[in-house]
Amino acid sequence: MGKVIVVTSGKGGVGKTTSSAALGAALAHDGAKVVVVDFDVGLRNLDLIMGAERRVVYDLVNVIQGEAKLTQALIRDKRLETLYLLPASQTRDKDNLTAEGVEKVINALKSVFDWVICDSPAGIERGATLAMRHADIAIVVTNPEVSSVRDSDRIIGLLDSKTVKAESGERMEKHLLLTRYDPARAERGDMLKVDDVLEILSIPLLGIIPESMDVLRASNLGTPVTLADQRSVPSVAYFQAARRLNGEDIPMIIPGEKRGFFGKMFGRKAA
Amino acid sequence: MTSVLTQPRPIRLKGRSFLALSLSPELPFADWLARLDDLASRSTGFFMRRPVVLDIAGLDVDRAQLRDLVEQLGVRHVRIMGIEGARPSLLDSSLPPAMTDGRTTSDIEAPVAAEQAAADNAAVGKSVAASPPPPARSVPSLVVTEPVRSGQSLIFIEGDVTIVGSVASGAEIVAGGSIHVYGTLRGRALAGTMGNSSARIFCRKMEAELVAIDGYYKAAEDLDPGLRGKAVQFWLEGDTFKFGSLA
Repeated sequence: MGKVIVVTSGKGGVGKTTSSAALGAALAHDGAKVVVVDFDVGLRNLDLIMGAERRVVYDLVNVIQGEAKLTQALIRDKRLETLYLLPASQTRDKDNLTAEGVEKVINALKSVFDWVICDSPAGIERGATLAMRHADIAIVVTNPEVSSVRDSDRIIGLLDSKTVKAESGERMEKHLLLTRYDPARAERGDMLKVDDVLEILSIPLLGIIPESMDVLRASNLGTPVTLADQRSVPSVAYFQAARRLNGEDIPMIIPGEKRGFFGKMFGRKAA
Repeated sequence: MTSVLTQPRPIRLKGRSFLALSLSPELPFADWLARLDDLASRSTGFFMRRPVVLDIAGLDVDRAQLRDLVEQLGVRHVRIMGIEGARPSLLDSSLPPAMTDGRTTSDIEAPVAAEQAAADNAAVGKSVAASPPPPARSVPSLVVTEPVRSGQSLIFIEGDVTIVGSVASGAEIVAGGSIHVYGTLRGRALAGTMGNSSARIFCRKMEAELVAIDGYYKAAEDLDPGLRGKAVQFWLEGDTFKFGSLA
């Protein structure tokens, strides 16, 4: 049985879709069978980021409404054969997602794939709550600025109350992925520092992705950044985050800081 | 025309909860009223001077029927102070106001049952009298060991709230008693909301958006900026908000 991850944030534009694609590709690159599901019905983007926009025939809504089979809607990545995409519909809206339909699709996917990554839409409405509903693990994507942190905090509250796991009395495993981190600006105090964000959100850190032109370039090329250039700084950060998801213990690196500081970040776990 | 404020003192608004009887009528109302009359005939004045809320959840009635029912009850000296479970469109100014979020307390026994219970008690009167008097009720408290997240509202009007963790910006703690935060207080803390002016607010690190005790409040902007990031307590002295360091 595979694991279901929701990539969520509350706020828009923080890097959920980019991170879903990058982590999905990184996990698939290491040999796992991965599907990335776009839950942003009506505003789909994941197909563009993964370079599959010209191959979309059926989508999540078609599957939920019984108009297509799951196997017809899944798109296999051209670069990695264990990476799949389940696109969202661009012409419908989120009311077309039903709780039962989503549950059926997720259950079917998790019996076949090792990882089911649900790319949540922004907001806390239907699309976002259905994306997180059946998750085993949540990745909370946050930018180091106050509005993003507060929205993430709100989402963590929902993860602890509105998911199947929470409702059955279990604890949702939550990880923080700090994206668009700019060490120079953090040093100048224009941006929240890593410690500040961790202190407020108090969930364990999965990775820190630096603000980088590589990410933007990869998105525009329709290639997840982890496939575009595996040695670029953000790519390395995503690969390490993926390995931490697999339970490996890898020391945390704050981008742009000197080696001496790395020791302090080793094995960091928030309260 | 401009009006001059001669009274600079602010109006005080407080939330307060009261115990009311909740009546759930059934259709057809004529039959139900007959049963009510039967009950009332066995215990005159049962509803007199008691606040009564009408719970019409699930009943398919129109405004005229509802108005008629309220009138019929008025004739029987049952005064309806509010209506629960009604569609907002159903109620207008001629009807009692809508009530929501009612919480169930122990069922109030109908008169007949109460008399029967009294008789039962009399039968076992000796053993009842022999039992020691119950100890004084302790003040309840609520302990939360997780952070309170943005958007969450923690309401505990029964007593004190202790939070072992932080209260996020955009979160809210409402307590009948005092509030203790063993972390950073970034959201709102409203203590003593049920009219308890001796309640206090304590926090290990003060970053609050708003603090209030017994209806008096201070927004972050009105608080001494020197308090930020400090361990602080707040209390009321008469009408004035006081604060002090906890270090």
